[in-house]
Amino acid sequence: MKSIFQLDKPAVSRLCLQFQRLFVVLKLSMERQAVQRAKEAFLSGRTRPLEFRLQQLHALQRMITEKEAEISTALKQDINRSQYDTPLLELIGIENEIKLALEKLAVWAAPRPVERNLLTISDEVYIQPEPLGLVLIIGAWNYPWAVTLQPLVGAIAAGNAAVVKPSELSEHSSLLLRALLPRYLDKDLYPVVTGGVSETQELLRLRFDHVFYTGSSTVGKLVMAAAARHLTPVTLELGGKSPCYIDKDCDIRIACRRITWGKFVNCGQTCIAPDFILCEPCIQGRVVECIRQTLLEFYGADPKCSPDYGRIINQHHFSRVMGLMEGYTPVVGGQSDASQRYIAPTVLKDVPPHSRLMQEEIFGPLLPIVTVSDMDDAIRFVNEREKPLALYIFCSDKKATKRMIEETSSGGVTVNDVMMHYTLSSLPFGGVGESGMGHYHGKHTFDQLSHQRACLVRSLRMENVNLARYPPQDRRRARRVQMALRSPMIDMSKRTFIWAVTATIIGLGLYL
Amino acid sequence: MSRELLVVQRARKSFQTGKTKPLEYRIHQLKNLLRFLSERRSDIADAVKRDLGKSAHGTELFETLGLEGEINLAIEKLAEWAAPRPVEKSLLTIFDEVYIQPEPLGVMLIIGTWNYPWAITLQPLVGAIAAGNAAVIKPSEVSSHSAKVMEELLPQYLDKDLYPVVTGGVPETQELLKQRFDHIFYTGSSTVGKLVMAAAAPHLTPVTLELGGKSPCYIDKNCDIRVACRRITWGKFVNCGQTCIAPDFILCEPSIQSQVVEEIKKCIKEFYTDNPETFEDYGRIINQRHFKRLMALMEGSTVAVGGNSDESQCYIAPTVLKDVTEESEVMKEEIFGPLLPIITVSGVDEAIQFINEREKPLVIYIFSHDNKLIKKVIAETSSGALLANDCLVHYTVSALPFGGVGNSGMGCYHGRHSFDQLSHLRSCLIKQLKMEGVNSMRYPPHTAKKLGWARFLLKQVNMCRLRRMALEALLPFYVKHD
Repeated sequence: MKSIFQLDKPAVSRLCLQFQRLFVVLKLSMERQAVQRAKEAFLSGRTRPLEFRLQQLHALQRMITEKEAEISTALKQDINRSQYDTPLLELIGIENEIKLALEKLAVWAAPRPVERNLLTISDEVYIQPEPLGLVLIIGAWNYPWAVTLQPLVGAIAAGNAAVVKPSELSEHSSLLLRALLPRYLDKDLYPVVTGGVSETQELLRLRFDHVFYTGSSTVGKLVMAAAARHLTPVTLELGGKSPCYIDKDCDIRIACRRITWGKFVNCGQTCIAPDFILCEPCIQGRVVECIRQTLLEFYGADPKCSPDYGRIINQHHFSRVMGLMEGYTPVVGGQSDASQRYIAPTVLKDVPPHSRLMQEEIFGPLLPIVTVSDMDDAIRFVNEREKPLALYIFCSDKKATKRMIEETSSGGVTVNDVMMHYTLSSLPFGGVGESGMGHYHGKHTFDQLSHQRACLVRSLRMENVNLARYPPQDRRRARRVQMALRSPMIDMSKRTFIWAVTATIIGLGLYL
Repeated sequence: MSRELLVVQRARKSFQTGKTKPLEYRIHQLKNLLRFLSERRSDIADAVKRDLGKSAHGTELFETLGLEGEINLAIEKLAEWAAPRPVEKSLLTIFDEVYIQPEPLGVMLIIGTWNYPWAITLQPLVGAIAAGNAAVIKPSEVSSHSAKVMEELLPQYLDKDLYPVVTGGVPETQELLKQRFDHIFYTGSSTVGKLVMAAAAPHLTPVTLELGGKSPCYIDKNCDIRVACRRITWGKFVNCGQTCIAPDFILCEPSIQSQVVEEIKKCIKEFYTDNPETFEDYGRIINQRHFKRLMALMEGSTVAVGGNSDESQCYIAPTVLKDVTEESEVMKEEIFGPLLPIITVSGVDEAIQFINEREKPLVIYIFSHDNKLIKKVIAETSSGALLANDCLVHYTVSALPFGGVGNSGMGCYHGRHSFDQLSHLRSCLIKQLKMEGVNSMRYPPHTAKKLGWARFLLKQVNMCRLRRMALEALLPFYVKHD
């Protein structure tokens, strides 16, 4: 047999190919193994006790606190995220979610009694939240820690196991997560699986009890189709073009400050970034000026030198975003540097609705302004398009604002600011239509990743009550059953309480 | 252009006029639906008799009664359900309006099924109307008389553009599923459920799937077996076993098997007389195909009660099979018929193991006096719902979410759950253009000091606790004043 050094070129490449295939097969089966181990770990029942879940959440909190510096470094390498934006945009959010879950878990996981009808008046009637089982969390690259770990907090709180698949595009973060998570969390229950498209496809062939995906609508459709084969419910946090309407009578300077912040944070790579501006032609000039001034204040004369200004994640997206600008002359910015994947904060005005810029989610630091004749025109514009993840309205007129909210639809709305609805864990964060399905944050994550099991515990006594329902049926019996079933309208908690208090007071009065 | 495409387009156009937004309109439609049920009671009962051999009283009890209750509840509660729902704020948003606004999704597709053709098709419609949606209604062609009556009569009561009825079979359903909807509500089998979800995926349409499975029924040997068997017999043989939440099979210890068989036999006689075939309140199998399917399921098992059948009438007697094992034909699929197999297990632990080896069912039934045992089964199994010491009745409690998990389905409905399931719960944060100073901590250029402020302001605030603290702080001043 020849030694490897004696083989000719074609034979060597054949051998390499075989090794590559073997590697792929072994690697793919690693996904299966990880999933299998996670399933078995879940079935052992150790996620059931709340103490275990709290302990895991504490450990996750420790990881965030202890490794903040490493996480910051990884993000700097991935996307040139500034040292302060990391906690501001990612870590504080995760920490708050963990703290909330730690504080509220006992309440969230407890049985939830519900209103009874006459038939069930002496029974235990409640909803019991339960773990679903094994959750697949597919993260995205723009906020790789927030969008991967926030769902994980909910998954852990709800008592599930979870396979975490961070995005390969934020490579440093992904590898760091793979190294760190097993050191803090149960490594069987919460494995991290890294890799690209083929690893994700392999995972999606396997059966999960819920799939939580953050990313594009295009891939969201594929995720849902894959989940359909197993009847796996999905949460899809997708994207879209989030419109930002500026009313001519509002405080334009402040509006533009807030919009500028929201747009250019993370170099425009935020799912809820204001994608484009809608305003009347008469204020367009003022809007451009205010944004220009704000940019100067935030990033200085040359944003390339600002430590707080990010970069585009990779060459592909850099070219994509640059391509969107083709044929248009920006009024602010427009400079770029491919070697650094740098694109200056850019504003374009009088953008026609049919331009490329307006056909896809920008996800970059280009801010087009499209003029509309008034608010009605803006409403029409928004409604002609897919429902966005967020709608932003800058307006001092409360009535007009409420009208715009009522006549449009979107995942969420923030009025007179951008993105802030994301920071409230009491608000369900998610899309509608093309921008997604399902929602999370705070208790909503817990509920989304639990099964709300209806429980009715009756007694084997009082069988006479049931006579009305047994055959042979007759009108009299049917009426009796009707009466018993018709009273879901009795609000057992409030009215009974008032009745009881009144009766007690009367009784006491009579007695005294 | 297909008929289905035109129907959906018309519904969407009608929805976009905004006429379903006002609550008065929705209540008006719901009241019309109520009128439909009461004015057309005999047409409905007649259709169900022809489809399933069910008596008029049975139809009232199991189809229209529940529907009327749901409609009345929706009418009464709509203003509350549709109102903005304020939520807890953070320090940063303490002066802002923060709430969840329920909104219509748009145009829904409701695919009904044949076993309770009216309840299952119209209950989701109640939620759809209440939530302000348009809805294309596709009743099952298998319950063909009900489908025809629905197609002819419903448009006389409801807006025919917003709530069209589309009848037809598999090709028509497939054509409908090619169209884009804002939500699809499907009731039926897991097999077709997968196809519905797969069809919804390219449009990113969310789905509610009310599917099925084999709902186990465990009888503890120490419970009141007579009463347990009465309730099980009722639950099983209602609608001739063709109920998604019927107790599919019994699990019990060998020592009580014969007693269970005897009690069920007595109950069958009491409910359906010695000759159920001639008895008004005992139904029929929906069609020949299902009749043959059920007859085949019986093969290889020992008939303890019943077993007789009449193909010309699609009649199968209430039947109990004993000494059934996991490998028996009757344990390979959801029965959906009047065959009640009994499988013996050594105790509750083995029963739990048996249940957990299989797909999560729509409901688990457990009959026991022992509360601890019941809680153990709840803790160690999973199912859409769990009902202890009775059958089916959890369906009637509209405050309980009705739905499956895993293979038995996704999503839930009934009462307010229907409204929430078929709405978009939109997060709303209304701020002011004032107090811009507060925002400076988030703007670049970044500093450590700004970050500290950000951390502080982004904390969630427990408003109740704050109010209580404020009250406690002020209390000494009131006391002092006295």
